[in-house]
Amino acid sequence: MSMTQQAAPAVDTPPAPGQKQSDGRTRQRPLALRLLARPEVGVFLGAVAVLVFFLFAAPPVRDGSSMANILYQSSTIGIMALPVALLMIGGEFDLSAGVAVITSALTASMLSYQLTLNVWVGVIVALIVSLAIGAFNGWLLVKTGLPSFLVTLGTFLILQGVNLAITKLVTGNVATDDISDMDGFAQAQKLFASTFEVGGVNVKITVVWWLAFAALATWVLLRTKYGNWIFAVGGNKHSARAVGVPVTFTKISLFMLVGFGAWFVGMHQLFSFNTVQSGEGVGQELIYIAAAVIGGCLLTGGYGSAIGPVFGAFMFGMVQQGIVYAGWNPDWFKAFLGVMLLGAVLINLWVQRTATRR
Amino acid sequence: MDRSSHPRSRRFAPVIALTAAAALTLAGCSSSSGGKKSEEGAANASAGKATTPRMTVALVTHQAPGDTFWDTVRKGAEAAAAKDNIKLVYSADPNAGNQANLVQNAIDQKVDGIAVTLAKPDALKGVIGKAEKAGIPVVGLNSGLSEWKQLNLLEFFGQDESVAGEAFGKKLNEVGAKNVLCVMQEQGNVGLTQRCDGVAKTFEGKVDPQNVNGTDMPAVKSTITAKLKQDPSIDYVVTLGAPFALTAVQSVADAGSKAKVATFDLNKDLIKAIKAGDIQFAVDQQPYLQGYLAVDGLWLYKNNGNYSGGGEQPVLTGPAFVDKSNVDRIGEFAAKGTR
Repeated sequence: MSMTQQAAPAVDTPPAPGQKQSDGRTRQRPLALRLLARPEVGVFLGAVAVLVFFLFAAPPVRDGSSMANILYQSSTIGIMALPVALLMIGGEFDLSAGVAVITSALTASMLSYQLTLNVWVGVIVALIVSLAIGAFNGWLLVKTGLPSFLVTLGTFLILQGVNLAITKLVTGNVATDDISDMDGFAQAQKLFASTFEVGGVNVKITVVWWLAFAALATWVLLRTKYGNWIFAVGGNKHSARAVGVPVTFTKISLFMLVGFGAWFVGMHQLFSFNTVQSGEGVGQELIYIAAAVIGGCLLTGGYGSAIGPVFGAFMFGMVQQGIVYAGWNPDWFKAFLGVMLLGAVLINLWVQRTATRR
Repeated sequence: MDRSSHPRSRRFAPVIALTAAAALTLAGCSSSSGGKKSEEGAANASAGKATTPRMTVALVTHQAPGDTFWDTVRKGAEAAAAKDNIKLVYSADPNAGNQANLVQNAIDQKVDGIAVTLAKPDALKGVIGKAEKAGIPVVGLNSGLSEWKQLNLLEFFGQDESVAGEAFGKKLNEVGAKNVLCVMQEQGNVGLTQRCDGVAKTFEGKVDPQNVNGTDMPAVKSTITAKLKQDPSIDYVVTLGAPFALTAVQSVADAGSKAKVATFDLNKDLIKAIKAGDIQFAVDQQPYLQGYLAVDGLWLYKNNGNYSGGGEQPVLTGPAFVDKSNVDRIGEFAAKGTR
C-alpha cells in the first residue's frame, strides 16, 4: 500500500521543490507503461472507448448540443464524485452523500421561503448545515473509531428521515414551495444553474464548475502538503500519525469537503428546478462512489486521483444518455448500464495489471 | 480539528460572532416577493364533526417516502377522519411483504376498519383474509381495480389506469399529436405501464416509452433531452407524474424541440405551469378523493350499513382532465396542497 501511494502522486509530475527524487526503478520503465500505471489512465481509455462506441452507435451524439447534455449529466454526478474520491483516497467513504444533497437544498429552500428571506440567506445557512453534517460524520468516525460504512449509514438513514419529516412539518407537504419569484433567486441561479453559449451550443454552468473543481482537486492532491496528508491517512493511518500527519484534521476536513460538494449540487438542483422533493437522492451515493471507483480510486484507500473520477462520471453520463440517443429498448436500460459499467471496470483493471506488471 | 487546546472563550468566539452575524443578516435580508408571507391568507376549509362513536381506521399504502401524490391521499383521509370522529392510523411501505405486516399490525390493534392499496394483491391476499376473519371491514383504494372483488373487499376507490390511459390517448388525438414520448419514472411499475399501454391503445400516432431514474431529477432532465434529440419528430411528451412534467418542460427547451408537454397527476406547481401554458393538460385521478372516500366509506358502512359503489362496482375517482379551461378553479385548492 505505502509503495503505491507514494508512486501515485509522483509519477508524471516533476518532483515537488526541495524534495528531489531519482528513483532508479521507475526510470528504467518505458514511458508508455509508466503512463499506464497512473490511476486515471484505465478509466480514460474506458471513457474514450465508450465515447467512440456511441459516436458510431448513436448518430445524435455527434451533435454538439448532445455532447453538452451528456456533459451536464456527467457534471451533476462528477461534482460530487470529486470530494467522494478524495475521501476515498483518504481511506473512508460516505453513504450519506446522496441524501445530503437534498438536505442542503431543502434547508435553503425552506428557510428562505418560510421566513420570507432573500434566498442568499438560505444558501449560506445551507452551506453551514452541509459542512456541519460533514464535520459530524468525521468527528464521530474519529472519536469512535467505527468504520465509515457504519457511521455514514447512520447519518444516511437519519438524513433520509429528517428530510421527509422536517419538510412535512414545515411546509405541510412533502415537497418545498416554489421560490423562483423571491429576491436573490435570479442571482443565485446565475451562479449555480445558468446556461451559456459556446459556438451555438448551450452549455450548463455546472460543467465549468465541475472541471474547475477537478483542476483544483488535482492541484491540491499532487502539489500541496494537504494532498500528501490525504494519501498518507488513506494508506496507513497509524504510520501517517507517527510521521506527524494530522490524521483527525485530515479526515474531518475530507468529510466536510463532501458536505461542500453536497451543498453545491443541492443548490444546483434547487435553482434549476425551483422546488425540491424531499424523498429524492436515495441511491445517488452509490453512483458517486461508483464514479470514483471506476475513476481508479481504491475502495481500501491510499490510491487514486482527482482526474480519474472526472472520466468516471463522464462514462456514467455517456452510457446513461448514450443508450437513449441510440434509441435502444428502454426495458433493457438498467441492464445495458450495468454491463457497460462492468466492462469499463474490467478494461480499467486489465490496463492497470498490464501496466504495473514487472 | 486543531489538536492544540484553546481556552474556552477563544474557541467559542467565532461561533458567537457567526451567530450574531447570522442574526443581523436575517434581519436585513427579507425577500420582498414570494415566500411564506405571500402564501398566508389561504385559509383551510373547516367543516362540522360527526357525533358518531369514536372509531379507529388504519390506512395502509405502498407509498415510497416523500411522494407528493401520497401526501395528498393522506390529507384526504385525514380530512374525512376529522369530520367523522375517526382516529386515523397511517402507515406505508413500498415493499409488499412489509405492507402485509403493516396490515397485520392494524389487525392486532383491533381497528374498526382498514383501507389498503393493492399494488401487489397476491402478497396481501393472506393478511386481508385474516382481517375479514377478525370481522374487520376492508376497503381498497388507488391500485387493485381488477383484484378487489376477488379479495372480497367491501368497496374500491380509484382510477382505472388503463381507462385513464385510454382517455389520455383520445385527448392526444383531439389535440392532433403524432409522435408521443411516454416517460416512466419507475421501471417495472404495473400502474405506470398500464397508463402508457392505455395511451398506446387509443392514440392513433406512435407512442415511444422511455424509462428515467425518478430519484435523480438532473438525470430525468438530461434523459428526456437526449430522447428528444434522438427523435426530433416527437411532438408530445407525456409524463406519468407531476414533478416530471415540470422537468420535461425544461428538457424541451434545452433540446430546442417544439414538443408540448402533458401529464398524469397534479400538484400545485403544475397548476401554475398549466396557467402559463407550459403544460397543455393534466389527467387527475384525484388522490385526495381516494383517501377521503376510503375512510368515509368505512364510516358509512359502520354507522349506516352503506356500500359505496353498491358493493359491485368500483367508485372511480378519475380520469378528470385539468386544462386551461378549468385550471383557475382547481388552482385555488391545489395551492392548499389538497388537489
